Amino acid sequence: MNAAAVDRSRFEFLLRAGDNGLILGQRLVVLIGHAPILEEELGMANVALDLLGHARMWLSYAGEVEGANRTEDDLAYFRGASEFRNALLVEQDNGDFAATIVRQFLFDTWHARALGAWSASSDERIAGIAQKAKREVDYHVTRSGDWVARLGDGTDESHARMQTALAQLWPYTGELFIADDVDRELAARGIAGSPEELRDAWLGDVAAVFARATLSIPEDAWTPSGGKRGLHSEHLSYLLAEMQSLRRSVPGTRW
Amino acid sequence: MSKDIWPLWEVFVRSAHGLAHKHVGSLHAPDAEMAMLNARDVYTRRNEGVSLWVVKSTDIVASEPAANEALFDAPKDKSYRYPTYFTVPKGVKHL
Repeated sequence: MNAAAVDRSRFEFLLRAGDNGLILGQRLVVLIGHAPILEEELGMANVALDLLGHARMWLSYAGEVEGANRTEDDLAYFRGASEFRNALLVEQDNGDFAATIVRQFLFDTWHARALGAWSASSDERIAGIAQKAKREVDYHVTRSGDWVARLGDGTDESHARMQTALAQLWPYTGELFIADDVDRELAARGIAGSPEELRDAWLGDVAAVFARATLSIPEDAWTPSGGKRGLHSEHLSYLLAEMQSLRRSVPGTRW
Repeated sequence: MSKDIWPLWEVFVRSAHGLAHKHVGSLHAPDAEMAMLNARDVYTRRNEGVSLWVVKSTDIVASEPAANEALFDAPKDKSYRYPTYFTVPKGVKHL
């Protein structure tokens, strides 16, 4: 294991962490002006801002680790879809409010568990970012879990919509817990625990809320994966086109 | 779900220990639990406080403007109602 290979794994890890926040944050900000009520709109915008803040920390560090003079903005705005390392779950369409909430809850619960594990990273910078982000993400879990329980155990229509959304999105959770070579190397180096180790605790977290919500967990079957290697659904290209167009058409533009 | 079936809540924030809760605004929420979450998102994202109260707007009893005279228009000639009316006797040390 040479030094360059270790840096590459660390870089990949930081892109994965950063891209999850960046892409899900972008998904949520397009709901501004379209949320069902004002208070929920502010709540979702706050979550989006939190995720964007985490993405900035991860991607800034990724740029430093890469050592190629790329800033957080370079990484966010000048990579194509195949260079993004986010999980497939976060790039899925907003759909109806049930789909938005189920996607959020499945991600938030994984995110909180992952950040908890990364807080013990041998890389102090990673541990520091994880600890800082965890405080906010614990709130995200409360918020999306609250909605899952309400809508699942709400009216016949809200229950049906939530169960449909869960059936659509559940398969994408599998990828969150599949380890690849990068993950195994990171675990061996003590930089991040293996994703597989998070699954039992996560399953306990979501099962408790789904029980309150009277929603049944779909059976594990088809498990799409590949986000961590840059193999994305077509949704991501459209999202990136919107997110990156201004920066690419007016290089060097600033607020 | 339409917002006109969501009741209005008044939000109070205590900005620091030892100070009183101060009214900061209102919001809509279906129940107390979500009112508290919404209050956090709408009013306390910038370290505004150390404690939150949410109260259903319909639970607040407000004075009637028609009763203003009786409630607030105290006679100006009763100056003995103010502490400044009284002179402190000589020799009083611990007042």
